Amino acid sequence: MHELSIAMSIVDMALEEAERRDVRIDAVHIELGPLSGVIADALFFSYEMACCGTPLEGSRLVIREVPIEVYCPACEAQKTLSSMQWFCCPECGTPTSDVIHGKELAITGLEVHDERRTAPVGSA
Amino acid sequence: MSAEPRLLEVRKNVLKQNDVVARALRGRFRAQGTFVVSLVSSPGAGKTAFLEKTLTLLRQDYRVAALVGDLATENDAIRLARSHAPVKQITTGTLCHLEAAMVEHALSDWDVGQLDFLFIENVGNLVCPSSYDLGENLRIVLLSVTEGEDKPLKYPTIFNSADMAMITKMDLAEAVEFDEASVRANIQAVRPGMRCFAVSTKTSMGLKQYLQFLKDRLTEFTQAETALRE
Repeated sequence: MHELSIAMSIVDMALEEAERRDVRIDAVHIELGPLSGVIADALFFSYEMACCGTPLEGSRLVIREVPIEVYCPACEAQKTLSSMQWFCCPECGTPTSDVIHGKELAITGLEVHDERRTAPVGSA
Repeated sequence: MSAEPRLLEVRKNVLKQNDVVARALRGRFRAQGTFVVSLVSSPGAGKTAFLEKTLTLLRQDYRVAALVGDLATENDAIRLARSHAPVKQITTGTLCHLEAAMVEHALSDWDVGQLDFLFIENVGNLVCPSSYDLGENLRIVLLSVTEGEDKPLKYPTIFNSADMAMITKMDLAEAVEFDEASVRANIQAVRPGMRCFAVSTKTSMGLKQYLQFLKDRLTEFTQAETALRE
């Protein structure tokens, strides 16, 4: 289970970005491929722990799971794999190891609102 | 007063830090002509025995060394030292895998340029090591005959991240009614075209072909580097 260290990296990177842009983060969006070796459920759980005691506490993690896409040499086209246990073109059955997508593990967006550090309490 | 929430688009590879270190290591290994092989498998697949044999046999003609990762103990390094090759243990504490920075740190007082082959034995784990590039030139995934023929299908990610598969403990194959054709088919299903050897460190079955493969890869590797310089 290495999802905790991955979650901590996500939190660190998001915080750095928040500080640089002077914003507060409500949610972190990531893209996750099945070949990244990271499991979404474990990452959700770890993310909550990694946020504890940081300005990201209470923020959400939004995961977009990316399918595995391979290049089929016979069809000369990009195809979406139907199963991780079968690296073959879903249409013509040609075996292929040429992975185009599926290894992603990247932060793609931050849901933020502007930091109002000086806003007086109760003003609305 | 609360500001309107909005979505900022960013693009940040979460493992960037590891990838940057791995890329630098790979560049260094290439420039120095050191071919780096990493070994991944479940605990007990026979990585250490396989590596001890590899070091002992290669050491006759090549300059070899090894790094070995474990959560705790120096046991593997002690075992591997019997090969008389330089060996260093990396203890990861609670971490279930090696990262590029650990390799970099372990090599800080070694003159890697003096080596033909460097082996890196990862922590026994078929899940987490798949995410981390260590700067290696060849990643071998090992699978012993006692583990079940469908293991490649259960752990497709690690098999997909590897360059070569090694079926180990072939001396036990008959006793456990191992179906080699089925394992080979499963490996090909998750990683079409992957080279696969079946070996036994006990009887030395298959080792000659595997070692020849490594030697050929080293030759190709150093020739490519020389060609690049010319």
